Parts: sequence; C-alpha cells; structure tokens
Amino acid sequence: MKLYFKYIGILLKSQMQYKASFFMTILGQFLVSFTAFFGIYFMFDRFNQVDGYTFSEVLICFAAVLLSFSVAECFFRGFDTFPKLIKSGGLDRILLRPRGVIFQVLTSTIEFSRAGRFLQAAITLCYAIPTCGVVWTFDKIATLILMIAGGISVYLALFVLYAGISFFTIEGLEFMNVFTDGTREFGKYPLSIYGKGVLGFFTYVIPVALFQYYPFLYLVGKTERLWYIFLPLICAVFILPCYAFFAFGLSRYKSTGS
Amino acid sequence: MKQYFSFFRIRFIAGLQYRAAAWAGVVTQFAWGFLSILMYRAFYQSGAENFPMEFSQLTTYIWLQQALLAMFMIWLFDNDIFDSITSGNIAYELCRPCDLYNMWFVKNVATRLSNVLLRCLPIFIVAACLPYPYNISLPADWACGALFFVSLIAGFFLQVSISMVIYISAFYTVSPAGMKILSVTLMEFLSGAVIPIPFFPDAVQTIFNLLPFASMQSTPFLIYTGYTSGADALAAIGVQLFWLVVIYVSGRLLIKHALKKVVVQGG
Repeated sequence: MKLYFKYIGILLKSQMQYKASFFMTILGQFLVSFTAFFGIYFMFDRFNQVDGYTFSEVLICFAAVLLSFSVAECFFRGFDTFPKLIKSGGLDRILLRPRGVIFQVLTSTIEFSRAGRFLQAAITLCYAIPTCGVVWTFDKIATLILMIAGGISVYLALFVLYAGISFFTIEGLEFMNVFTDGTREFGKYPLSIYGKGVLGFFTYVIPVALFQYYPFLYLVGKTERLWYIFLPLICAVFILPCYAFFAFGLSRYKSTGS
Repeated sequence: MKQYFSFFRIRFIAGLQYRAAAWAGVVTQFAWGFLSILMYRAFYQSGAENFPMEFSQLTTYIWLQQALLAMFMIWLFDNDIFDSITSGNIAYELCRPCDLYNMWFVKNVATRLSNVLLRCLPIFIVAACLPYPYNISLPADWACGALFFVSLIAGFFLQVSISMVIYISAFYTVSPAGMKILSVTLMEFLSGAVIPIPFFPDAVQTIFNLLPFASMQSTPFLIYTGYTSGADALAAIGVQLFWLVVIYVSGRLLIKHALKKVVVQGG
C-alpha cells in the first residue's frame, strides 16, 4: 500500500510538469460532462418528463453513473493501455518484477486530469440531492452510496475484462467502449427507457442496471422493494468472472517478442 | 496540383488498410445509433406533441450521423501535424516545395474520406433494411438529394477548415492537448452532435444556426431528412458557404502570421 501511494505521488508530479495543459484538460473534462448536463436540461425543457421520470430524478441517476465512472476511470484506467503493453512486449518486464501484475498495471497510469469529470459529477449530485424531492432517510443515503460503489466495481470489472480479452486479440477492442463509455453516455437516463431488451441485457449480461436502475427505483420511491437496495452488491461479484478471465488469459499469455 | 493529388492518394490508400478497425468501428457505431434511437423513442412516447420533427426524420438523422461519422468527427485529428509542430519537425515540412496549408488540408480530407468509405456502406445497408420508422429513408425527391449533396460537401470542407485552425493554434500554445479537448467539447455541443439542433429551445436554435458549427453536420443532415427545405435550405447553404470562406481565409491568415515568427523546437 505504501508503494501504491509512492507511485501516485510520482505520477502526480510528472503530470504537473505541464501545468497549463493539465488544467486545460481538467477544464475540458469538466465541460464535456457539462455539455452532457445541458443536453439533458434542454431535452427536459422540451419534454418535461421521460417515461414518468422528472428532470431532477434523472439528474441523480446521471450523477451517480458519472461519479462512479470518473472514480473508476481515474484509478483503474491503466487497463486501457494494456493492449499496448502486450503489443510492445512491456508485459514481460512487468512479469519479471516481484509484485502482482494488476498492481503494476494500476500504478502505471493514473489520470488525474479526469478530476474535471469527477468535479462535474460531484456538483451535479450536490444540486440533485436537495432538489429531487427524495426525503433523505438512512436507507436512501445507503442506497445512493451502494449505487456509486456498485458502479465503481462494474467499471473496474469491465476494464479488467477488456484487458483480459486483449490477451487473445492483442488489439484493443473498440466494441468494449459501448459498455464503458456507452453506458456512461446512455446511463444518464434510467435504463428502462430503452425498452425491455436493453434493460434485460444490462441486468443479466453486463450488470449495469443493478446499480443504475433498480436501486434508483427505490431511491425515487417508484418501488417499495427493500431488497433493491442491495442489488449493487452483486456488481461486486461481477468482478470475479472478469478477473478469472483475466487470469486465464494471463496463464495462456505468449509474449509477442522483442 | 499534382503533388497534392499524390498526397491525397497516399493518405487515402493508407486509410483503407485499417479494415479490421473499421469493422469494429461499424459494430460500435451501430450499437451507438441503436441506443440513441431508443432514447429518443422514449422521449417521443412521453410527449409526441413536443417532438420537433417526425420520428422517422430523427432516425434518418441518427443513421446519417453514424454512417458519416468519420467525415464530421471533430476529435479526429492528424496527430502527426501536432507532433511536427511540437517536436520541431515542421522545419522539414517547410523545406518542401509546396504550400503547408494545402498539404495538411488535402491529407485531412483523404484520411476522413477513406474512413467514411470503409464504414458508411455497411451502416447504410443495415439501416435501410430496418423496419419503419427505425430505418433510414431516401431523401424526398431529387432536388432535396442534390441540395443535400452540395451542403454535405460544403459542411465537410468547413469541418476540415475548422480543424486546420486548431492545428495552427498549436503554433501558439505548443502543447495542444488542452486546446484540443476544449475546442472539441464546445464544437460538439454547438454542432448538434450531442443532441440535434431542432431539440434546443427556439432562441438557442437561432443563435446556433448563425454560428459556424451548425453548418458542419447539422445543415446537410437536416436537409436530407426534409426538416429544412426549399428557400430555408438554400439560405442554410448560403450560411455554410459564408462560414467556409471566412474560416478558410482566417486559417490562411493565421498560418501566414504563425510562420512569420515560427519557433522551431529542438535542434
């Protein structure tokens, strides 16, 4: 753990070397999510509600997804460069070191500039929490926390899965972006608005709905089923098969040479 | 002229090599378009009377957007150009007996066109086979199709001219990363790539339509769907041509100014 913080420190220092660019990137990230926010705002300005959800209810959903995505992205997106590590043979070097592979991948890149997105998500959440009309009793607070924690673990699992697949394809898989960037983009609305098929897929195959939709229903009082609160815990279990796949890939790993 | 044609050909052929990547892209874009349509369908079902266009016009708009994505992708930059400016290799480029602006312009056009060529056909074919109203439909008549074509070309050249201004800005800022993300974000929003411009409130729409960014992808796509037609379409094309000239000329002036006092990095 001490080593982890040391790595973080070094990465932070190195990224701060280009200060102007660093802060412009943060601002840019902030604006990216800001335009997403305005996208929702203008849609609701015209339609008032979608599928029975109001603007501030959707904002909670949007902020929870964005927050978990930005946390996961900031700390775990090292897996994004994993295909490159395999291609260049850099993984061989990592395998020789006396620390876990995952640990080293995680510490290879930490994108502090993603803080802009995190900031945006936090602000939206601060705005949405008092205005959405939810009475913030203990169970509702717990629901929101579990939603975010579940979201972080789903994105972590997807990043690991992405790295695992690249053992076999060597190339990065653009299609995986539908699950990561795509669910961030389309997850700003409760997944049920996309219809039964999409909801089913994101419940049973990629468990995004388990942290984004079902607990959200309880949060805004659309359902009384208490056990919906605990569904995000299943998201944490989703890491296991993804990790197993990664480990399987690692055991079959053949160096690309050089 | 001949040398620019060869630049075009080399880039175009190079772009055509990445077929596997193009297939992956097609699948991704297809999923993206599909989810977008489902999202708008939810809004349509919640309040059809507030929908600014026919639902089938919207699906056509989205499939056009996905199929022609590479033409209007704002974040598709040629990183070689940024690198040559930041690393100092620009010195070699300046030694060549051809105009820097034209050379970069032609290279960008070629990269985008080769990308589109690989991706658009599968998307068009599948999108055309989908059941109504989820499919892409043909333009209403020949005149509409012709106007779309003119507007598409104008919008495409405008898009490349705007990218050129961003490349040239790297002469002044040296590190292009921040500039890139800022300009991309704003332009995406203003060009109707996040949500189509007809969905904005009327006052906002008026402003957006006067800015150059709506002239990139929004104008041709709206003409195709029949949302903008007749005299409005001609006026919109007029706005496009106006901005094309303005941005092209300012890009030219900017590069002239930048090259006068260019600092070559490194030795």
